[in-house]
Formats: sequence, structure tokens, C-alpha cells
Amino acid sequence: MNIKDLIEELDLEVVVEADLEKEIKGAYSSDLLSNVMARTKEGDLWLTVQGHQNIVAIALLNDLAAVITTEEFEADEEARSKAQNQGINLLKTTLSSYELSGELYKLGIGQK
Amino acid sequence: MTNEEVRQEIINFEIEAGDFSSGGEASSKLKSILRKLGIPSQLIRKTAITTYELEINIIIHTFGGRISAEVSPKEIKVIASDQGPGIEDVDKAFQPGYSTANEKAREMGFGAGMGLCNIKRYSDNLEVRTKIGEGTTIEAYIYLDQSGDNIE
Repeated sequence: MNIKDLIEELDLEVVVEADLEKEIKGAYSSDLLSNVMARTKEGDLWLTVQGHQNIVAIALLNDLAAVITTEEFEADEEARSKAQNQGINLLKTTLSSYELSGELYKLGIGQK
Repeated sequence: MTNEEVRQEIINFEIEAGDFSSGGEASSKLKSILRKLGIPSQLIRKTAITTYELEINIIIHTFGGRISAEVSPKEIKVIASDQGPGIEDVDKAFQPGYSTANEKAREMGFGAGMGLCNIKRYSDNLEVRTKIGEGTTIEAYIYLDQSGDNIE
């Protein structure tokens, strides 16, 4: 599944559009950045309530498919402009990280 | 020609204390250079995680410092040096979950006490020199020949 399909499937809001054709390989949910650095891999979605520009740095370093801020948290202006410049997809949802994780799992994302 | 002779510095960044906006600049730059050099992606990943954590440590914990990296046919060497204050208890600093980070860093999702653990886990060799009042230098090595048992 790619980001575009996911947005339609779960009614996610696009905050910064970079490459919505990107294939989703897995997902990870955490707000501790060291854990995210260590645990995410290329093509993963990252669910977080963090909205500062370091989320973009991590997405870039680990080649994440998209960062999704949950519970109506939103990436701040610096993060959005950095995402725009660096080509990182930023999405948001009203669902909590827990709820969104459940929905992703139902879609088969991250299932072993 | 020995390996030492072909060692080449590929990045050198000054990092300001508290400047979270610059977090990731040195590691992204290093990553893109390593890609151009044709370094295998799992080694780039190890180097990027190590370098990012070193950067963030300088931003959170020090009065400012510098990140540089060198590459030779044998290894990638990332050097983080700062102007203090130095690490009081190095063993404790490497304990998972131990952190002296301030509230601001914690709110941003840093300071969980996992930075040095990640650096240790993702680098193949690590040297830490620290002196209270003077500063800390950390050298992290990622070997290009991963035929040993140090692959993650």
C-alpha cells in the first residue's frame, strides 16, 4: 500500500505533500526520539505527538515513508517548511496513536 | 600506501549548545556523502544513528562542540568533541534510562537516557575521553568490513 491509498483509507489529513506514491513497509509508534531512530527503517510510517523540526531530521535519516501526528497534534511551522524542503510526507489525524495503530494493523501494515 | 594515508575528512560541523534546529544536519550531510561513496546502506544506517545521537548530545548537554567524520578503506570514524562540562560518571551515563537532560529536551522527546546506548549499540568501537571542566571527546568507529560478528 502507498501513502495515497492510506490517506483515502483512513481519512488522514495531508500537512506536507512530498511523494504520496511512496510504498509503506511498516510502522512504529513512539514519542521518544532515540527509540524512533533505533527502531524505524526505510519505508516505515511513524506515529507521534511530537511536532518540532527534529521529526523531519529523523524521517530523513531513516528514509521514513511519512510522519503522522496523532490526536490533532500538528507539526509546527519550522517542521513543515523543513519537510517541504527535504521532501518528507507529513500527515495528521484526530485518532490517538493507539487507535491509528489498530487501524494500520487491520490494513495489514506491520503484521509479521 | 597504508590506510592512514588515504583517510579523508568528509564532514566538519560546528554545533551550538541548545540549537535544536540544527539537530540532524551533520548526520544528513554525512549520510548523503556516504551514499555517493557507495557505502552499503546498513552501514550508512549505523553511522547515521550514531552521528545523530552524538549531535543531539552536544546540543543538549554541552557548551557547544564539533562533529567531524573521516573515511578510510577500513572504517568510518565519527568524532564528537565539546567544550565541556565533561561527564561526571561515564558508566552511569551509559546506563539505559539514565539522563541528566533538562525539561525542555525531555518535552521534545529527547533525554530518555538512550542516546549513548544507541551510540554504543550501532557503532563497532567507541572511545570516550572526558574531563570535568574541560570537555568530552567521543570517537565512534563503523567498520567497512562487517565480516566479523559486529553486524546488528
